[in-house]
Amino acid sequence: MVGSRAKSGVEAVAISAAALLATLVLFGAFVALRGINPFDVYRVLYLGAFGSWFAIQHTLTQAAPLMLTALCTAVPARAGLLVIGGEGALVVGGVATVLVGVTLMGVPAPVAIALMCMTGTLAGGLWIGAAGALRHYRGVHETISTLLLNYIAIAVMNHLVTGPIRDFSQVLKPASWSVGERFMIGDLPGTSIHWGLAFGVVTCLLVYVLMRRTTFGFAVDILGGNVRAAQMVGLPIGPLVLSTCVIGGAAAGLAGTIEVIAVHGFASASLAVGYGYAGILVAFLARHNPMAIILIATLLGGISASGGLLQRRFDLPDAATLVLRGILFLAVLASSTLYGRLKIFQSRAV
Amino acid sequence: MGAATDLGWWGVLIAVVGGAIRVSTPYLFVSLGETLTEKSGRVNLGLEGTLVMGAMSGYGISYVTGSPWLGVLVAGLTGTLLGLLHAAVCNLPRVNDIAVGIALFLFGTGLAFYLGKPLIEPVAPRLPHLPLGAWSDYPQIRVALEINALFIIGLILAPVLRWGLRNTKWGIMLRTVGDSSDAAKALGYSVNFVRIMGTMAGGFLAGVGGSFLSLYYPGSWNEALSSGQGLMAVTLVIFARWNPVYCFYTSLLFGGATALGPALQSVGITANYYLYGAAPYVLTLGLLISSSSTRHRLVGAPSELTISK
Amino acid sequence: MLTDSKLTRRQILLGSGNIIAAGSLMALFPALEASAAAKPITVGFIYVGPRNDYGWNQAHAVGAKKIARLEGVKLIEQENVPETVEVEKVMEGMIRQDGAKVVFPTSFGYWPHILKLARNYPDVLFVHIGALWKEGDPKNTIGYRGYMEEPHYLCGVAAGHMTKTGKVGFIGSKPLYFIFNNLNGFILGARSVNPNITCQVVITGDWNNPVREAEVTNSLIDQGVDVMVANVDSAKVVIENSERRGIYSCGYHTDLSELAPKGFLTGAEWNWAAGAAFVKAWQTGGQYPNLLRGGFRQDMVAISPFGKVVPEDVRAKVLKIRQGFMDDTFKLYKGPLRDNEGNVILKDGQVIANDDNKFKLGVNFLVEGAIGKTGLKK
Repeated sequence: MVGSRAKSGVEAVAISAAALLATLVLFGAFVALRGINPFDVYRVLYLGAFGSWFAIQHTLTQAAPLMLTALCTAVPARAGLLVIGGEGALVVGGVATVLVGVTLMGVPAPVAIALMCMTGTLAGGLWIGAAGALRHYRGVHETISTLLLNYIAIAVMNHLVTGPIRDFSQVLKPASWSVGERFMIGDLPGTSIHWGLAFGVVTCLLVYVLMRRTTFGFAVDILGGNVRAAQMVGLPIGPLVLSTCVIGGAAAGLAGTIEVIAVHGFASASLAVGYGYAGILVAFLARHNPMAIILIATLLGGISASGGLLQRRFDLPDAATLVLRGILFLAVLASSTLYGRLKIFQSRAV
Repeated sequence: MGAATDLGWWGVLIAVVGGAIRVSTPYLFVSLGETLTEKSGRVNLGLEGTLVMGAMSGYGISYVTGSPWLGVLVAGLTGTLLGLLHAAVCNLPRVNDIAVGIALFLFGTGLAFYLGKPLIEPVAPRLPHLPLGAWSDYPQIRVALEINALFIIGLILAPVLRWGLRNTKWGIMLRTVGDSSDAAKALGYSVNFVRIMGTMAGGFLAGVGGSFLSLYYPGSWNEALSSGQGLMAVTLVIFARWNPVYCFYTSLLFGGATALGPALQSVGITANYYLYGAAPYVLTLGLLISSSSTRHRLVGAPSELTISK
Repeated sequence: MLTDSKLTRRQILLGSGNIIAAGSLMALFPALEASAAAKPITVGFIYVGPRNDYGWNQAHAVGAKKIARLEGVKLIEQENVPETVEVEKVMEGMIRQDGAKVVFPTSFGYWPHILKLARNYPDVLFVHIGALWKEGDPKNTIGYRGYMEEPHYLCGVAAGHMTKTGKVGFIGSKPLYFIFNNLNGFILGARSVNPNITCQVVITGDWNNPVREAEVTNSLIDQGVDVMVANVDSAKVVIENSERRGIYSCGYHTDLSELAPKGFLTGAEWNWAAGAAFVKAWQTGGQYPNLLRGGFRQDMVAISPFGKVVPEDVRAKVLKIRQGFMDDTFKLYKGPLRDNEGNVILKDGQVIANDDNKFKLGVNFLVEGAIGKTGLKK
């Protein structure tokens, strides 16, 4: 058994590497059409993502929110659901964080920060949990409902920050009241990476343990594998569906809290800049494995980070990064057909 | 200069009706296309990317050749190619069609932005319209009834598709594949081939829908042109019960809901504009919740569809 | 409010040698003509959207191109950078990876991120377009911005002469003071021609949302509006749809006259040329102001070429007022002035100087004749 598990790990790495290679070849051909040497592009991609301590910090800063928003898709996916509501859950988490944060004036900072993290987590969890409930009790497809919830969350946030919770002394843009400098968690010591990275990594690890080492995770995997089998062994389908949605939404909500207490200090339209949508991509590339999400988020963070250098060095439009991401996503999905079909990875002696 | 008479609240109504007609066409084409794709048992969430590629390519061709109709055609063909890509990847075993859709959404919009950079500034020839309101003395009504040919084509296409799905050999084949791939195989149909056809046809229509955005209304290419119309149209299909005629009604409803906010704002109801902007989404969600059920599958839903299982 | 603002302004002027009074721009750039040997320098431009959006970002990209033509200047550009921690990383990347010595982050909301970074890089000049610099902010940051309400006033004058229905329309993106300041300029201009003119105000809520902008345009026209001006990232869609409906329109950001050969009146444009002077000063060790605001008088704003529909006498009237701004003989905000809820803003005889920053940063009202609300707290 151990042998087969190791082999399947090697299989996943080999197939992912093949997909990555295919992506680089395709993207290389794409930029070559513009008269740019693909190998120069690869070099700059590496430089911008991992080529220096600064680049690594940039990459990890980009990766931090993606780890959390990816969980929003990955955890429900293990139960067979396709949730794309990370963007909305992040926004809701961020707004809720502000609403609670501004009431905590007299509270010691560590307590207040803990309370704000719980608030964002709870708000995001309830938001996606609602989609899970709609799925289970009303049969509303979660992909559609979470998509609609994204639009609704952003509209409500915009409404709140232009009126009811607007800080009118802030002339830069419509923005909410600030939680205050005292509650800002800032950067990891000795780096320019904000604390969100630590939150992201730890959350991924916790979820990994939950999904791989507990009965709950085992039950979810059975449900995700086959609903009928789950029904036959008497698993509580409703609570399982709801829990995965709540956990996923909670992670994205926490990402919203982080944006507020580590970056902005307030809620504004800058909460909705696509971390939620990029998280979907990360989740699929990581095959919904929370541990792999850490790595894939770093890889995607690297692509975003080096996207700037691509623009500056080759005068490529920003959309080149979008194209690269799109090709990568397609290649990885197409490569998922290879699992279990490559003879060398099949365990013979079981 | 066409100085308009003050119509007050009637003006709001006319603006909403006119807006419904102006705004609905992309929804109509994408949802008709998605209906064909979903009837074959596949979901293509990537039609948002197709729509944007259609808008960009249609605008580019119209600008270069001077013929907007050629632009519409090329937009459709671009969509067909993206449909082919979706179908080809999904035909591989163990590949999730919704995920491929999201990938194509990213890829399509990225590619459109990349190629569309030089097209933001130029002004391309625009599609013509029919002045169906010429009888009226009110400029508001004349403008509300300036109907674009694509809208008319969509209006005709909806019942034709409905009839075709029910009564032609192709329609029956498509639905059989979508309802039971086993039965289709037993009848000797190639499931993969039929799905490729269904997805390519869907892509064609979505591409045409995109060209409406850039070539008629709002009638310009830029990167914010689609604010999720393609994604929403996929939602409308469920709401329309996979019935092309209902697609037409839901598109009009959604277009009208989109036009309501601006119409109210222009008569001085200026508060809460973000909430008016969200009205179409809340409306759709509410209707989905009220019409769904766990006990029976949605009427008209193809059984093979991941989204209705 | 008024006495307050005047006091503060005087304090600012007294308290800082680095903030220049309007009109003395050239006096502060003695090095400009003299500098001969310019050492090579890399200049980075950061845009919040696509740099060829035919609007806000393009206006900056045009300025960037001009700076690139300066001797010894190498230009690097990055677009679609959100107002998050990402812009800090992009600025840092330009500095560390490309050796940039001057960066131009060209979105209003970048300002707090600039302040966070500027102290870490004292050898880099950060030039922001918000003119929000105040005493105590890092000396290697600059805020500069044109008084956009002045060209909007001129657009308003043209609109006031051309409108037949007496209704003009203003489409704004976000409810922000500078948008309302532009709007007030536009209405004051229109009502200086005919005090019965009203202006319907619609805020779309997005910097860029073509479908909603087009819908708003059509709805406003249905309500009788016959001159349109839009303060959105790119006014292209609004102008094209106004042209199709056969009404007049005014441009914003850059020259959009080509889009409406029949109905274009004129437009409010930025002139970011001072950016080049900052680069020169930094390159040669010359002096530069930390805060630079100006209108026509300082050549920081402009109007687009008149559309052919605008008759000679109207052009002459508009240009005469522009001359007034240049000579500083014409003041935009002057009493008696009421807001559109009937509150007195300025009493008879009260005059606000054209370079009164404090007053203009605090515009939270719409002047009489505007139909709409700011949604800002009074």
